[in-house]
Parts: sequence; structure tokens; C-alpha cells
Amino acid sequence: MYVTYIRRELRRRFKQSLVIALGLAVGIALVVTVSSAAAGVKSAQGQVLHSLYGVGTDMTVTKSATPGQGGPQRFGGFGNPPSSGKQRISRDLLRPGPGFGTGTLPASAVTQVSALSGVSAASGALTLTDTKFSGTIDFGQGQRGGNGGFPGQGSGGPPSGSPPNFSINQITVDGIAVGGGVGPLTSSQVSSGSYFTSADTNALVAIASTTYAQQKSLAVGSTIKLSGKTLKVIGLAKASSGSADIYIPLATAQKLAGLKNKVTTIYVSVASATQVSTVASAAKSALPAATVSTSADLAKQVSGALASASTLTSSLGRWLSFAALLVAFLLAGLLMMSAVSRRVREFGTLKAIGWRTRRVVAQVVGEGLTLGMIGGVAGILLGVAAAETITAIAPGLRATVNPSSANSGGFGQFPGGGPGGGSGAFPRPGGARDAQSVLVHLTAPLQSNTILLALALAVAGGLVAGAFGAWRAARLRPADALRSVA
Amino acid sequence: MYELTDVHKTFVRGGQPIRALDGADLAVDEGEFLAVQGPTGQGKSTLLLLLGGLDRPTSGQVLFEGRDLGELPEAELAILRAEAFGFVFQTFNLIPTLTALENVETALVPLGTPAAERRARSLAMLGELGMDDRAAHLPSELSGGQQQRVAIARALVKEPRVLLADEPTGNLDEQTRDEIISLLEQLWRERGITLVVVTHDSAVAGRAPRRAVIENGRVRTGDGAQVPN
Repeated sequence: MYVTYIRRELRRRFKQSLVIALGLAVGIALVVTVSSAAAGVKSAQGQVLHSLYGVGTDMTVTKSATPGQGGPQRFGGFGNPPSSGKQRISRDLLRPGPGFGTGTLPASAVTQVSALSGVSAASGALTLTDTKFSGTIDFGQGQRGGNGGFPGQGSGGPPSGSPPNFSINQITVDGIAVGGGVGPLTSSQVSSGSYFTSADTNALVAIASTTYAQQKSLAVGSTIKLSGKTLKVIGLAKASSGSADIYIPLATAQKLAGLKNKVTTIYVSVASATQVSTVASAAKSALPAATVSTSADLAKQVSGALASASTLTSSLGRWLSFAALLVAFLLAGLLMMSAVSRRVREFGTLKAIGWRTRRVVAQVVGEGLTLGMIGGVAGILLGVAAAETITAIAPGLRATVNPSSANSGGFGQFPGGGPGGGSGAFPRPGGARDAQSVLVHLTAPLQSNTILLALALAVAGGLVAGAFGAWRAARLRPADALRSVA
Repeated sequence: MYELTDVHKTFVRGGQPIRALDGADLAVDEGEFLAVQGPTGQGKSTLLLLLGGLDRPTSGQVLFEGRDLGELPEAELAILRAEAFGFVFQTFNLIPTLTALENVETALVPLGTPAAERRARSLAMLGELGMDDRAAHLPSELSGGQQQRVAIARALVKEPRVLLADEPTGNLDEQTRDEIISLLEQLWRERGITLVVVTHDSAVAGRAPRRAVIENGRVRTGDGAQVPN
């Protein structure tokens, strides 16, 4: 009887029921869409932070380069240039990066950080930039320059030949602790091949990011050259845009770069999110020369379209959803109250034949809840469709981390000063890595808690609608109801 | 069964106080068929509402089986309405979205009668009133007389001790009016219930062994009670 009565009544008031359910559906759909988009933006931010920061990392410890620091490898070493003619030059330089202001920390710092209270895991990594320089320099018939490194910057006169013709290729290389647990790459990201094992600690092996592998047509089993050594690709990893191109064991990286017992970054996982700031302070005290940055610090540095999307979903989207829901709830409530007002005789009659007020109220609330659930289901379907549409058509969003952030070195200069070289220096080519720009594809994933939220809102909407009507029905005195239509 | 003493009832309509009953006295015996007559707006329906526990007097006593309906809590009044009183209205007051059978069933809902028994008893009641073949029809698919039969079935299915009818033939043609009043009279005789019919129709009132007339908020009773012009 209860369900039959609800069903028949809602069918009788079909248009009004449709308006109420649709109003709730639109409000709930907006909430689902905005929540999904917010989850997508959060996930994108996570990708950005991960690509710049490392998996499972709560904070990093880095050190800016001090003058003269930066490892033993130097461009230069070209020897005295010939007095005339062309000279072919090819060099492979592996040095701390991505910024040229990236400094190194002793490996013992990792142990120091590990020992701090609240640290659950810490591992060191050596982030390097491999720069391959090759080309021809025409020294023509002119006078021999002085100790100039590169043309135009030496202390001697400029070569008189044709302009130099050379190319520079750079890739980023992360030396990661094998079995470190926290860091820029985990085994779960390996999509084919295998992750490093303890046997690979000093091996000439590498894992390439899928993006880089695609660019260079690399596969598991291919080889790559780094600092004159041949490394075998043992795996491909789905690293985010902006991550390193190549991952190699830390010890191998230290050996290739000539940076024994050095790391550029210490990745730290903290036992509890509430302890992050305390651990950061302790790390700062333990390593006063180092820069300690937490994920919150880095998140603040993120700018660009992703930051705009984040602002949009967190402010405008939420307010829009709230306003739509409020309007939908009010509309539903007022329409239900109006419907009850038109059923005064009906409810008066039911009370006259012995129905208690609570049974009449339950009937009205049941009608409201049913509309709420219909609106909720329709809203979820609409929201899912909208979220899928966002996922399908949303453009990639670019996030940029300010070069002044801890991990970046800004525009540096190649230090000159190799044997025979002058004090020449030139701006680092292709400084995109300094800007730490990451392109992520925005998705709007539907999460279970979003569905639960939508259902809760549907129930709330139904209860609000029902409560308005029920309030009217509860106040109805049977005598007044029957007298008013007599 | 009923003992009304110096009952006053004033209510406000359109911002104006209306004195519907002004010191009414009335006694109704168990099993009695009483017709209450009177011009429109003289308090007939108000009297019926008080007898059915649907309203409370402004002052005075409305005793039903020794209990003052004006003083009973709402919950107890609801129980009395569910068990002891059956109502028949001039405008039938059927639930438009429910079938004839379901409308009759609504009277058994507050009694907590199981669904199957509710359905069986309602169908039997409709059959008794010659309406079993219209059980699945909505009120809008029934004639006025048929709707009133369904309303009477709804009032009687719970086997009340009192049947209160407010202008039960007011919306019916003459032939149907006679059918309905004959039906009520028959049910009164067969079931031994107390029947109070409020009507302005002398033909209907003439079927009752005893008549009361409401005039200026007071009740005059007796076989020879006459409706003032």
C-alpha cells in the first residue's frame, strides 16, 4: 500500500515530479562533475609533484651548487685548437642537473636523514644531465686564439673561419638507490622488462622512460651510451612528463659522473603527514647547508593552466555546485509543500479514518525520498557522462614550477676552465628543464566516495523536499482540512 | 453512547469568528439512527466533526462511551477514529490515485491488518455493497453513486461502532440518493451500528426514527422536530 500509494501519486503529479527530480539531478550532476574534475586536477597535481618530486615522497633535501662545485667533468679539454683548418669535436658530459646550480650532498647525509625521528624511509638519488656535444669548428686561416674555450669568449682573438656547426643533445638521468623504496621511480611504474635488483647495484643497466624510448626507438635489450659507456636497457617505465629520461643504479651513476658517494637529492618519506613540518625542521638543523622542501612547498610553486584549473574547480566549481544544489533543494521543498497544500482534503480524510500524523508524514517523506533517489540516479548518470566528456575532450594542462624552487638551478652556465680551455661560458641551451614544465592530461575520474556523496545528497534532497511537505501535512488538522472543502 | 452537554464551538474563517455551536446538548443511544437537520451554516458538520473526534469543542463536554473527546490526547483520538468511527462524506473523499479496493483498504492500514487479510476483507465489503466488479477501478472511473458506495465500504470495513455521514446524498441524483439512504438504513438494521446522518434533505431525514434540528447553534431533538424555513 505504502509503495503503491507513492508510485501512483508521483505518476499523477508526473510533470511536477519530473521538475523536482530533474532539479535535484542537475544539482547532483554538478557535484559529481566538479568532484570528479577536482579529483582529476588533484591527480594531475600529483603527477606533476611526482614527476618533479618522486613517488611516495613527503620532502626532499637538496643543495644548491657552490662555486667550483659540480663534479670533475668539464667541457673543455679540447686541447689547443689548430692554427688553421677545421676540427671535429665530440664530447659527452655527465654532470649534476637538471639545473646547473644543482649541488651535491655526501651520501652520509642520507644516513643522517634516515636517522631522524619520524622518517620512515629515505634514499639518495643522483640527478644528472647528460650533454652530448658534437660538431665541427672551422678555425680558418686566422691567428691562433688564446686560451679561449668556445668561440668568442676566449682571451685571445676570435677564429677567423666560418661559423661553428655543432649540435647539443641533452637527456636527464636519475641514479636511484636500488631497493630504496622511495624515490623518483618505483617498480610499479615499470611497464615492460624489469626493475633493478640488488645484482644491478653496480651494473651498466638502465631503465628508459616510455616517452624517451619511443623517441629513440628503444626497447628492452637496446643499448644506450652514457659518458662513453654502453648501458643495456632492462626495462621501460611509465614515468610522467617532466621526469627523467633514463634511470640507472645510483652507484653506476656516481661512477659514470665521477661523483663517488655523492647524491643530489635525498627523497624522504615521513611516517605521518602531521610530522612533515617537524621532520623538515629537523633535517634543516641536521644539514644547515641543504635546502629542505616539502610537497606543500612545491605545490605552491606550481603555476600555469593546471593551477588555474585547480582554482576553478576548488572555488567556482564548488560554489556553482552549492548554489545549484541549494536552488534544487529549495525548489523541491517548495513544490512538495505546494503539492501537499493541494492534497489537504486527501490527508484530512486519511486522518479522519484513523491515520496518525506520523503515517501521513511518512507518506509525504517517502514521496520526497523517492524523488530524491530518482534525481540522484539521474544526477549520477548525468555527472558520469559529464566527467567522461571532460576526460575525452579536455586539453592537456601545463604546470610550471618556478625555477627558484628547491630542485631547480635556474639558468646556469657551463663553467669553463678545462685544461687548455679559457674561462669561456655560454648559456645553457634548452633551458626547459630549469622551468620544470610538465604537461598532464586532465581526467575526471569517478570515485566511489563521489558516488556515496551523490547518494547522500540525493537522500538529503529527498528529505528536504519531504520535510517541507511533511511540515505542512503535520500541521494539518483534519477538521480544518475537511471544513475547508465543505 | 454520546452525551453532549453545553457544547460551544467557535472557529475563525476569513478572519471572522464563527460561532457554529452555542450551548448544544444532545444524547445519542447505542444502535440509534439519528438524522440531524438544519439550514446550511448552522453547525451540522461541526457537530459531526465533534462526534467523530476530529475537532474539539471550545467549551462543554462531548462524552463518547463515558470518555470526553475534548480532553483525549490526539493519539487516543486517532485510535478511536481508526477503530470506532466510520465517516462518509458528501464529496466521497476517495483517494484519487488508489483503486476502489485500495481506497477501502486504507481504513484497515491504521489497524495494522496484514495485507492479505486487508485485501480479502475489503473485497468482501465491496461485494456486500455490489461493487466487487469495480474493485480495480479508480474513483474517476466510477459514478457518484458508485463512489459513495466505495466510501461507505471504506467506512464499514473496519466494523465501526458508529457511522457518521455528512450529507451522504448531497452530490447524488434523486434515484441514487434513495439507493444510498436505503443502503445506509439496511446496514444500520443489519449491523446494529449507531448511525448519525447530517442532512438538509427532509426525504433523507424522514428515513430516520429520530431527528434533531440545529438552529442558532443549539440542538432540538424529537420525532416532531421541524426544520425552520
